[in-house]
Parts: sequence; structure tokens; C-alpha cells
Amino acid sequence: MNPRRKKRLLITSSLIFGLSLAMGLTLFALQQNIDLFYTPNEILVGKNETGVKPEVGQRLRVGGMVLTGSVKRDPDSLKVSFDLVDNKAGQVTVYFDGILPDLFREGQGIVAQGTLKNKNSIDAFEVLAKHDEEYMPPEVADAVKGMSNLQTEQ
Amino acid sequence: MLPEIGQFSLILACILSLLQTVYPLYGIRTGHQGAIHSAKVFTILQFIAVAISFVTLAYLFFINDFSVSYIATNSNSALPWYYRLSAVWGAHEGSLLLWVFLLATWSIAVALMSKNLPVESMARVLAVLGLLAFGFYLFVIFTSNPFERTLPYFPIDGRDLNPLLQDFGLVIHPPMLYMGYVGFSVAFAFAIAALLEGRLDSAWAKWSRPWTMAAWMFLTVGIALGSWWAYYELGWGGWWFWDPVENASFMPWLAGTALIHSLAVSEKRGVFKSWTVLLALSAFSLSLLGTFLVRSGVLVSVHAFASDPTRGLFILGFLILVIGGALLLYAVQASKVKSRGRFELASRESLLLLNNIFLIAALIVVLLGTLLPLVHKEIGLGSISIGEPFFNRMFTILIVPFALFLGVGSLFRWKRQHLNELVKPLSLILLFSLLSSFIFLFIFAPALTWLAILGVFLGFWIIVSVLYEICLRSTHRHSFMTGITKLGNSHWAMSLGHLGLAVMVIGITMTQNYSIEKDVKLAVGEHITFEHYDFHFDQINALNGQNYVGTVGTFSVLHDQQKIAVMRAEKRIYTVQRMPMTEAAIDAGFIRDLYIAMGEQLPDGAWAVRIYYKPFIRWIWLGPLIMAFAGLIMICDKRYRTKKQRLTDSTTEMGGHNA
Repeated sequence: MNPRRKKRLLITSSLIFGLSLAMGLTLFALQQNIDLFYTPNEILVGKNETGVKPEVGQRLRVGGMVLTGSVKRDPDSLKVSFDLVDNKAGQVTVYFDGILPDLFREGQGIVAQGTLKNKNSIDAFEVLAKHDEEYMPPEVADAVKGMSNLQTEQ
Repeated sequence: MLPEIGQFSLILACILSLLQTVYPLYGIRTGHQGAIHSAKVFTILQFIAVAISFVTLAYLFFINDFSVSYIATNSNSALPWYYRLSAVWGAHEGSLLLWVFLLATWSIAVALMSKNLPVESMARVLAVLGLLAFGFYLFVIFTSNPFERTLPYFPIDGRDLNPLLQDFGLVIHPPMLYMGYVGFSVAFAFAIAALLEGRLDSAWAKWSRPWTMAAWMFLTVGIALGSWWAYYELGWGGWWFWDPVENASFMPWLAGTALIHSLAVSEKRGVFKSWTVLLALSAFSLSLLGTFLVRSGVLVSVHAFASDPTRGLFILGFLILVIGGALLLYAVQASKVKSRGRFELASRESLLLLNNIFLIAALIVVLLGTLLPLVHKEIGLGSISIGEPFFNRMFTILIVPFALFLGVGSLFRWKRQHLNELVKPLSLILLFSLLSSFIFLFIFAPALTWLAILGVFLGFWIIVSVLYEICLRSTHRHSFMTGITKLGNSHWAMSLGHLGLAVMVIGITMTQNYSIEKDVKLAVGEHITFEHYDFHFDQINALNGQNYVGTVGTFSVLHDQQKIAVMRAEKRIYTVQRMPMTEAAIDAGFIRDLYIAMGEQLPDGAWAVRIYYKPFIRWIWLGPLIMAFAGLIMICDKRYRTKKQRLTDSTTEMGGHNA
């Protein structure tokens, strides 16, 4: 092999090696950081599409409506818990320690991100409420479609 | 009457943009000189027409004309006048008008300022810009007309601008960002024109370089402003969320950064030319993709405005047409481009290639993380979200080789570098950067973590090698003091730009590793202490603004028993939309920020309060500002504007054509 070909081979093979290493790393990192979205009902009976139930300890996102009257606060800290419901009779409890967003209200659609604590409760590290009148994640909108006391804060 | 004038001139601009494309190209085909020269005239006319339209909309906002439905939905008579003006780009329709207006601004700048460009090339560039503008005009006119009336029953008052957007940040963030996005259209047009012509040479790289740099500069400032705005306005104290829309602006930035580096190689050494063209095409395509993601409503985020499927389809069609057309042209013509220069494996060219590889890898990571959730949902596997940890981990991995090579890169010679010559400088740089990072951490860090050491070391590695390189180059032929004045603009720009990155890397490292975030329950009179800071919740008062009411909490802050600041954190309710907003109190400083945001009032009267200590967070925005400034220095390089240069260029041009 002449030196120029040899050099090209070296460059190409190192490129391919680098690329595959990068892809591998990326996919590995991705796999650990994909959070599936569930409605309360799906947490209890499994995803609509696949029928797979989340496992305890799994990271996930859950979206639904905050059940009116379910918000309970700890008197000495910022710990709070509330129930999320959807239009298919699913109900799960979310535990959260922190500041709830400005637009968090009972009877309103929210998304919580956290880990599944046991089969019907979630330890959330983040709670998101809709940002303005128009904004509601489509998944949540689907999950709470047709529910009566879904209201905007008037 | 006025809205109709605005509408009319918008349609006029649309027609002019089509003429700007068709007539000059026809001229080039037939050799009709008048038609070739007309490109400039149409560009100017198009600019005037769209400017009239834009100013009209701004004026209508100013005089509160709520018979225009866009104004009725996005403004209110109680809004201060400056927010009424910035409300022009506060929602979908107006921001697109801003987009086309800026596109026309870039076009007219190219038409008036590129005097050294041959007339034909200029006509081609303007024709491409005209075609892009035409597509966007059609989009605005048919799907998002900002001048639509609500007649005959118009509201007495408007529904107000989204309170999140009533802020100084919004006055400047979108125009800056759009200047960047749209600015890449110039690099795109230059690339397409060169492909059409089948002639890509160093002159091409030279013409398109200052324009690309200008666009990159605006985009850099725009993104930094957006990050700063999110930090103080959203009330969570975060500076980057890997939100799909942030990613949409970050992807063209990554491509643009790769582009300015590879353009430098193409101009200086005449290699990587077809790669540079591909990058120029991708930078603008990614801007378009970003627009599609934001405007079509396929993504849900803070930035997504109410969605309308026809808009999404239109942009998607436009996107496919532009990107597909550009890539097709590239596929056909790129093979004709030959790179002349040769270089060894160990050379500055190779290192710049590495820079491009890492930037593109970063781009792919972001692209994957942004689009995968969309794909996942479309193929029926359910909704997913890709968390911050993914991006953070990938970028932590990528920045290490990137920063190391960056530091070494400027020491390498073009064409060929003997590696053993670098052993001494590199060991010196290693020694000094290790030393300075440990001194830095010793002074500013409360505890050592591996990531903090790594990040700060990378920052100092860049700083030390940049300084070393400046010394080396200036003492090359002269004494240090005379030598340092002989360094050219683009050399200073490179050094400063790299220093900017170093500043940002250090800022990010310190903020991510040593921030203290406390969410606490505080009642008036109580206090909380951490990091030598003592926060006293003094009082809570009612608040009455021009278009909002609310409460304000006053905190006094003691540092080692000394009172250093009184901070007022507000909780506002905007009266028109009944929307609550958190206005954080920030005590800003060069090496640390204190940040207080009020949460909700708890049933027993105490408040949930968020108190943050954020070391070096200002450096995260200082870095990009330095980078943008570096870009400015490069654009001002006299080699892009001297008269003599112009003459030689056009003579070689003539020679080239005759031969």
C-alpha cells in the first residue's frame, strides 16, 4: 500500500471507530433517560398502546387532573401530596417536596415527573402546570377530555 | 385604512420578491445586462415595501387599533408603550412579519455593501434570497396575516400580551435571535449561488465569511439573551432547560460555529470547500427546521404559540422544498468542487476538521434528543420525554476532547506540524493550567468534585493556551510590545472567541457544581442561613402596577453579619388575563448571584420561598458576549473592505471569465 492510501485508511477507520463509539454512547445515554408518559389509568392497567405497566422505581411522567379536595400539605415543610385522575377512572397519588408552580390548581391538568413509588403513587421531583390559557400538553388534554370540573382559574 | 395599507404593501413586497428572483436569473440566462442589474433595484423596493408594512403594524399597536384581530389578542391599552411595540413580535403572525422584514434587511445589506462582488454573482445571491422571501411572504399572507380585521364588531380593549413576555428581555431577544436565524440565509444564498455557478473558490469563502460571522454573532447574543431571560423571568433560576425550542435555536448555532471555522480553512487554504458548502446549507436548513418545530405546534413548550395544522403543513412543505432542492443541487454540483491544497495528518487543517466533527456530533445529539420524542409518538409507541441528564451527560463527554483540541489547535501550523516541537509548549500549558485551576478552585470552591476540577481545568487549559499562543506569535519576529500590535483582527477574534468559550465553560462548571438551591417555608420575621448568607423575611406588602396587582416580599440579606442587600421578590397577578407571575429578586454579582422567588402562600399564612446561591452564573452569559464581540472584531478586519483588494479581485475575475 502506498503511504497516501495508508493514511486514508487510517483516517477512515478512525472516523468509523469514533462514530460508532459516539453512537453507542449516545444510545446508551438515551436509553437511561427516556421518560415514558403515562395517564393515571395507564399506571394502573398498563399503556394503551402496549399494555405494559410501569415498574416500581422507574422514572416516568404522569399527566392528569388534580382531584378537587385531594391536596394535602405538611404543616412544617413544603411537602405536599395530591391525587391525579383521568377520564378512565384511573387515580394515583403524587408526592412532592417543593414549590408548586403558579398555575397549580385543584381541578386542573398538570404533569408530574418522578419515579414510581409503588403501584399507585409517584415521588415527583418536578410538577408542571400549564403556562397560559392555551397551553396544555396534548397528552393531558386527551387524558382529561370530557371531565366536568376541568376549569380555568376564573 | 392603515391595516389595509400594511396588507397591501406586504402583498407588493411578495410580488417584488418574486421579480427579484425571476428577472435577474432570466438576465443571466440571456445575458441581458439590465435584467442582471435589476436584482439590486428589486431588493431595495422589496425592502421598502415590507418596511412600510412592518412600521404600519408597529404604529397600529402604538395607537391601540383593536379592530385588527392580532392586536386585539396580543395587546391592551393599559400596556406601557414599549411593550406595545415589542408586542408586534409577541405572537405568531407578527413574529413572522419580523422574520420577513429581517430577511429583507439582510438582503438589502448584501445588495448595498458587497460592492466587490461581481454583478452576476450578486444577482444570483439576491435571486436566491428573493425566492426564500417569496416563500415566507406566501406563508404570512395565506396562513398568518397579521392585518386581519375583526370588523364590524371589534373589542373595546385587547386581551393583553402574555405577561411572561412583558419584559425587557422580550424587547430584544426575538429580534436578535431572528437576525441570527435569518442571517444564515445569506450564507445559504452564497452557497447556492456558487453551486449554480459551479465555481467555488477562496473568493467565495471570503465573501460569505463576514456575513456568516455577522449572523452567528446575532444568534450567539440572541441565545444568550434567551437564557438570561429564562433565568430571571421564569422564576426557577435555571439558565438552560433543553427545551425543544431552545434546542431548535442551538442546532443552527452549532452548525454555524462549525461553518465559521471551516470557512476560515476554505478561505486561507482552499480545502474543505464542499464540506463548507454543505455546512452553509445545513445552518440555514436547521434555522428553517427550528421555525417549523416552533411554529407548527408539533412541539409543546413555553414558546409554542397556539397551533394551526395548515401552518405546520405549509412550513413542512417549504422546508422539504428548500432543503431538498438545496441538497439535490449539492449532489449534482459538489463533485465539480476540487480542493487543491494538501495537508498532513498533523496540521491545523486536521484539528479544524476535528473541531467540525465534534460540533456536528453535538448537533446530532441535540437533533436526536429533540426529534426522537416526535418520531416515537408518530409511530405509535406513546409519548416520551428525553430528560436533561441525557443532554448534560453527552455534552460533558463531548466538551472534554473539544476543549483540549481547541487549546492545542491554534499552536498547530497549517499544512504540517512536527509533533515533537509541541512537547515543550504543551507541558508548559498543562502545568500552568493545572496550577491556575487549583488556585481558582482553592479560592472560590467550597469543596472539590471531579467534575468541577475537570470543567475548571478545561477552561484554564483554553485560557492558558490562548495566552501562550499570543505571546508566541507576537514575539515571533518582534519584541513582545511591538509584536502584539501587529497581530491582525482575525487573530484577535480567534483568541477572544476562544476565551469567551473558556469563560462560559468555567461559569457553567461553577454554577452546576456549587449552586445551592433551597425551597423553604418562611413566615414574616423568620430567617434562614446558609453559605455565610443570612436571609431575613422582613415584610410583605401589597403591590400596584400599571397593569397588574400583587404582593411583594422584602428580604434583607446579611453576609457574615454585614447587611449587604435588600431584595424584593414579587408575585404579580396581571389583571387582564388573570395570570399569576413570579418576579424573582436577584442580587447580581460577578462571582455570585443571590436569587429569591416567592412561591405560593400556604394555608397558615407562611410563604413557600425559593432561595438560591448561584456562583459565577453571570459568566455563562459573559462568555457568549465575548464570543459575539470577537465576531465583531473579525468582521471589521480591513481585508474585507479595502479598495485595493476590490480591484485585484475583479481583475482576477475578469481574467477567469476570459479564460
